[in-house]
Amino acid sequence: MEVLVASAIGVMTASGIYLMLRMRTFPVIVGLSMLSYAVNVFLFASGRLAVGMAPIIDKAAVGYADPLPQALALTAIVISFGMTAVIVMMALGAYLHGGDDHVDMDAEEDR
Amino acid sequence: MNHWIIAPIVLPAMVAPLIVLAMRHDLMLQRVFGLASSVAMVVLSGALLWSASFGPPQVYFLGDWPAPFGIVLVLDRLAALMVALTSVLALVVQLYAIGTGWDARGKHFHALFLFQVMGLNGAFLTGDAFNLFVFFEVLLIASYGLMIHGGGGQRLRAGVQYVAFNLIGSTLFLFALATVYAVTGTLNMADLAVRVAELPPGDAALLRVAGVLMLMVFAIKGALVPLQFWLPGTYANAPGPVAALFAVMTKVGAYAVIRVYALAFPTDTPATGTLFADLLLPAALVTIAVGSVGVLGAATLARQAAFAGIASMGVLFAAVAAFEPQATSAALYYLIHSTLAGAVLFLVVDLVTDRRGNGALRGPTMPFAQSGLLAALFLGAAVALAGTPPLSGFIGKLLVLDALRADLTLVWSVILGGSFLMILGFARAGSHVFWKSQATVPDDQAPEAQRPEPLAFAAVFALMAGLVVLTVLGGPVSAWLDTTAQGLHDRDAYIGAVMARAGEG
Repeated sequence: MEVLVASAIGVMTASGIYLMLRMRTFPVIVGLSMLSYAVNVFLFASGRLAVGMAPIIDKAAVGYADPLPQALALTAIVISFGMTAVIVMMALGAYLHGGDDHVDMDAEEDR
Repeated sequence: MNHWIIAPIVLPAMVAPLIVLAMRHDLMLQRVFGLASSVAMVVLSGALLWSASFGPPQVYFLGDWPAPFGIVLVLDRLAALMVALTSVLALVVQLYAIGTGWDARGKHFHALFLFQVMGLNGAFLTGDAFNLFVFFEVLLIASYGLMIHGGGGQRLRAGVQYVAFNLIGSTLFLFALATVYAVTGTLNMADLAVRVAELPPGDAALLRVAGVLMLMVFAIKGALVPLQFWLPGTYANAPGPVAALFAVMTKVGAYAVIRVYALAFPTDTPATGTLFADLLLPAALVTIAVGSVGVLGAATLARQAAFAGIASMGVLFAAVAAFEPQATSAALYYLIHSTLAGAVLFLVVDLVTDRRGNGALRGPTMPFAQSGLLAALFLGAAVALAGTPPLSGFIGKLLVLDALRADLTLVWSVILGGSFLMILGFARAGSHVFWKSQATVPDDQAPEAQRPEPLAFAAVFALMAGLVVLTVLGGPVSAWLDTTAQGLHDRDAYIGAVMARAGEG
């Protein structure tokens, strides 16, 4: 279980960082999404891994999972979803204005 | 419980949706409501500053949940000062945006502006690390909209870079917070301070990782080298008034470093020691160097202003890195000064660029309307940012230098050398834009008289007056800041106020 979760976070982070370093906006956005999935799983793991435990008080429960990281992950998911939507719209706007989807700035226009 | 503490967050949170939903087609109504709430915020933050000046930190328990379990807002002198600074700057910048018609060049300027102010105020007031993340996101998402206000391909592309950089920053922040929670089991800053002090030695390495990750996040916000790459492109391409408001956004990074590290990781903590100070000081010194060389070499006025902002963040972080009361007090004085001075420079640059057609510092010189008045304002802003007498930049840098006597040779030579490069850079820009353009004007090509925009100039003069007041009242202000810094480093009052009801849980 621990190995599975840890390697899932590691693989997602690594592929996210690789994609983020690409030149075009689409891979960058996919990379950012991968990175945010990785951090969501990481947030879950920060409350220790517990299988089949109740997160809220229950008379029949034998033990509890930490509910706080679940709330944090929920908040993080909502925020990263909204942010991804914003960057998709902006990348689309930049593509339609500029005619290409490169991330870097044109050195001459920058002046 | 003083319910006014949450008002700087609730007021814009109510007015901004109202503007979007009810008056999106009527610019005049938007202006009236936007200005009215900005004026209300100035009054409100003034009252909060007054009440925070006398007495201990005040705590607002959201939902009346006791401290480590619920989210708290804390109004201490530092938070009140930052909220007041933001409110005053926001009002002036809003007046400028109305005066120049910037707010009519795209939709929803006033709503986004209020959301931005809401995020800033929330970040300054909150006493919970995860809540700080949420307010960072609020201010960021509003800043994305403001940054691309007015549109244009170049601005959109710079906006994509800015958003991508900050999304990486947000992800890093979440990694840091998750690690902090895994190690200490809390995200409340006061509770964190208590638990970090009692941490078993085995967990020290993880805590250091979390602390450094969080420092990187704040360094991205504060544009500290090597994480400053987003700033020049963003600020140079953002609309002028938005860049002026962003002058306070980099200060959020500095504020967060002061707040979190002075409270939770003081230099006598066994687990972390002086780790963060040792990382911050070299980064700050390189930031000063990069910023001032950038001022000297920038190709446009807007990029020059952005690099001046980076250099001032370097001076600020150098003072913050000492983590002791005298240096923190100097840092806070310089923070107020550099926010106002940076905003003045961005507004002047916007006025010049608007009249001249571009802000290029190379190529042909050209005359433009009102260049005499603008030259005087540019001189004032340059004097303030470079830190020469008679404006408050001189006092601010003097206080910083006085507080950093420990590494005298290195720190003093970097700060003073940086100031010298900035003077050269501003002098070169001023002579190219204002002086040489006057020498070559044939009479038949005299610039056409443009709209004078009195409101915009009034806004710039108001910020300038703020700098003069800060200079004249340097003594009382720095005495007030000394007490504030003392309160930040004697953590017991803050922790005691937040944790007063911990037993109820």
